[in-house]
Amino acid sequence: MEMHFDQHISRQFNEDLESLKSEMLEMGGMVTRQVAEAVESLANADSELAEKVLRVEKEIDKREMDLDEHATLIIAKRQPAASDLRMVMSVIRIARDLERVGDEAAKIAKMAIALTEEGTAPRGYTEIRHIANAVRKMLNDALDAYTRFDVKAALDTLAEDEQVDMDYRSALREMITFMMEDPRSISRVMNVLWSLRSLERIGDHAKNICEQVVYLVEGADIRHGHEENLRKL
Amino acid sequence: MNTMILDAGNAAPAATGQVEQDTVETNIKVSETVGQPLCKDAKLSMRNVNVFYGETQAIHDVSLDIGRNEVVAMIGPSGCGKSTFLRCINRMNDTIESCRVEGDLTLDGEPIYGPKVDVVPLRARVGMVFQKPNPFPKTIYENVAYGPKIHGIASRRAELDEIVENSLRRAGLWDEVKDRLDKPGTGLSGGQQQRLCIARAIAVSPEVILMDEPCSALDPIATARIEELIDELRKNYTIAIVTHSMQQAARVSQRTAYFHLGHLVEVNDTETVFTNPQHELTEAYITGRFG
Repeated sequence: MEMHFDQHISRQFNEDLESLKSEMLEMGGMVTRQVAEAVESLANADSELAEKVLRVEKEIDKREMDLDEHATLIIAKRQPAASDLRMVMSVIRIARDLERVGDEAAKIAKMAIALTEEGTAPRGYTEIRHIANAVRKMLNDALDAYTRFDVKAALDTLAEDEQVDMDYRSALREMITFMMEDPRSISRVMNVLWSLRSLERIGDHAKNICEQVVYLVEGADIRHGHEENLRKL
Repeated sequence: MNTMILDAGNAAPAATGQVEQDTVETNIKVSETVGQPLCKDAKLSMRNVNVFYGETQAIHDVSLDIGRNEVVAMIGPSGCGKSTFLRCINRMNDTIESCRVEGDLTLDGEPIYGPKVDVVPLRARVGMVFQKPNPFPKTIYENVAYGPKIHGIASRRAELDEIVENSLRRAGLWDEVKDRLDKPGTGLSGGQQQRLCIARAIAVSPEVILMDEPCSALDPIATARIEELIDELRKNYTIAIVTHSMQQAARVSQRTAYFHLGHLVEVNDTETVFTNPQHELTEAYITGRFG
């Protein structure tokens, strides 16, 4: 079934849903930028940029609350059904994931500040860049799939999380080996490790967003590995 | 529109409330209807129903089952034929001279339109509640006792008293009216009058209750009471309800049937219809889009 959210008899309802969606995507844009800047602050030991990420984080929290309120109002006023209901539900869920991505970006920014104070870590930056690029692409593609109601793109993006998890595990092993060889670096390498962990979590949130694209378009809840719900349709 | 033939091969089983909906083996072509219009162990079975008002066809080849202890909601825009279809079930359309009903309609496997069928006992088995509460201009007691009396279900006062009290209790009205049973039914509030009409309908121990927009003239509190009652009544009766309130259909029914221009477009579990309808016309209607 094609997705149209601009054909309600009530024009106001069209506008409500459209603005809900665009507010969410705007929040998505902000969060994606946060991830990029957090990683940049870490790689370049730029504490000023890291401070900026922490400031914007508060704005993102507010965006989540605004979206929730907006969605609640739509439910109260319109009692949405079918695809409209799925749209509202998916926005609420995605907003929560985006807010958590924002939290992870803030954690990375905090690590960046710690590293500028303690001195840069001897290892791990290549891995951070590599995984950061992968999860930023996932996040972008997930939001893009949502904009275009593109289930195939969402499923392709969702599948990329497995590679991210593998890369994360292999980076983890490498960091552990390094810390065993050079215990003096443990504290600094741990900061890199936490950042890697945050990036891996961002990949999971991007995956969750992809699942909401499938829910919105197909009405199938494939969370927690229930891909069979999509095949049932 | 999709055309599907329900047979052992492609009728997907679905759990709808207490109604068993295993694979239905039939060769009947359920033209154009998507979803699950048929069910196993149906209380009411309607097959290939066509209804005409003179030359105009109001219902086109509709097939639908209603299971035991199931509430089926019929929704659709005005003039889509849902009320016409509902009224076929207890032959209310017989009262309209130009109306002609074709197809197989059965209640417990017995034809509703058989030549030997007497509509009076049929309507006792298949009761009806209308849009506007229409109590008789009699006392509350008489309103409920009237049916059992004329159908010869009870004649002695003690029996009648019991039926009246039971029916009013089931309709959730007893506590409000027990001290004024001799007062006119028309003196009650709208919601109370509608519950009185439900008590009147169930006083003759029907098997099926048809409801034609039973809450459209009631306020939200009276509506909530009736909806609560429908859920309670489902334990003992089979219920078909026509409603313009989509939320009401979503709340009270186990399956929902969407009618459009005299065609039965989709029948599915209510949950599916309101979260992920299969047909785009259903989607357009329940979400308030241009269909």
